[in-house]
Amino acid sequence: MKRSELTDLYFLEARAKIIDLAAFLDRVGRAEGEFDFRYAALKQAMGELLRDEGDCARRVLLSFSDPTTKPIEKATTKGACGAWSGKIEAGNIASVSKS
Amino acid sequence: MRYIEPHAHMVSRVTSDYVAMAAAGCAAICEPAFWAGYDRSSPAGFFDYFRQLTEYEPKRAAKYGLPHYCWLCINPKESEDLKLAAEVIDLIPKFLDAPNVLGIGEIGLNKNSRNELKMLEMHVDLAARTGQLILVHTPHLEDKFKGTRLILDVLKNDRRIQPERCIIDHVEEHTVKLVLDNGFWAGMTLYPETKCTSARAVDILECYGNERLWMNSACDWGESVPLAVPYAALEMRRRGHGREAIDRAIYGNPLRFLSQNPKFKPAV
Repeated sequence: MKRSELTDLYFLEARAKIIDLAAFLDRVGRAEGEFDFRYAALKQAMGELLRDEGDCARRVLLSFSDPTTKPIEKATTKGACGAWSGKIEAGNIASVSKS
Repeated sequence: MRYIEPHAHMVSRVTSDYVAMAAAGCAAICEPAFWAGYDRSSPAGFFDYFRQLTEYEPKRAAKYGLPHYCWLCINPKESEDLKLAAEVIDLIPKFLDAPNVLGIGEIGLNKNSRNELKMLEMHVDLAARTGQLILVHTPHLEDKFKGTRLILDVLKNDRRIQPERCIIDHVEEHTVKLVLDNGFWAGMTLYPETKCTSARAVDILECYGNERLWMNSACDWGESVPLAVPYAALEMRRRGHGREAIDRAIYGNPLRFLSQNPKFKPAV
C-alpha cells in the first residue's frame, strides 16, 4: 500500500494512542509519590520514536528488554512487568545487530 | 474463509467459544499444555490434565466438527521444583501415542532461570529421543529478547534437533529475525497489550515473508480473543492482501508445519 493509503487507514488510531500516552504521563505526573523505573523506561522508549531510522517498533521493544545474556539463579516471581529494572554487569550484555 | 487455530488453551474457555470458532471457519484447534494459574502439587495433577487434553477436550470440540490436537509438557513457570518436573516429564511418553498428540510443548523459558533452562533441556531431550515436533513458548515482555536467545542456543546446541520441526512462538519485531534466520518456524500471538496486534502481525508478515510464520490467539483464562486469527485475516484484507495470501497465512502455513506429524488432519 502507498504511504497515503496507510496513513488513511491508521492515522486516527495512532493519533488516539499518542494522546492516550500523553494523558498517562500527565496522570502519573499529577499523582503523589516517586516515579518508578517503568516511567523512566517509557520516557526512554519515547526517545526512539523521534529517531528517523526506521525499525522503530524493534528499537522500542529492545529499549524495554533485559539486555543481559546469563540466566538468573532462580525465578522468584512468575510475572513480567514490561520494563527491565536490572543493572548491566561487564561481560553480561547482548550485542544487538542493526539488521 | 478457513483457518487453523494453532495455539489455544481451550480447557479454560467456554463451549460457546468452540461454536464461534467453528462458525468462523476454524478447521482445527491445537492446544499446548500450559500453566493452570497455580502450581500443581503433584505429578497426579498433571496426569489428570494430560487425560483432559487427550480424552475429554477432543470430545468437546468434536461436537462442533472441530478436530482438537494437543501438545504435552510441564510449563516453564513450574520449573523451580526440578524433582516434580522430572516426574512429570517421565509421564509424557505414556500419552505420546494418543491420536491427538502433536508433540512436546509449549516448552521454553519464563524468567530465564537456571532451572528453567535445565527443564527446557530435559524436554528437548525427550522430543529428540521420541522424534516429536516441538512448540516453544518465549518469555513475556522484558524477558523475551534474552529468553529467545537462550532458547535458540539450547536448540542449536542439540544436534538431534531439526529447526524445521520446531516452532518458536510469541515472536515480536525484536525476536522474529533471530528465529527465522536460524531456520525455525515463528508464531505470532495476537494479544493487543502484551504481544502483537493484528496490524503489527501483518507488518511482520510483510517484512519477513509469508513462509515460516503463523498467527494464533493463544486464548486462555486471561483477557484474550478466541477469534483473533480471523480478525487478523480481516486486517490482511484491509491492507490489500488477496485471498491466496490470507489463506496461506492462516491455513496453509500452519498446515505445512503441523502436517509433519501425520496425525494432523484438519476438517477442511
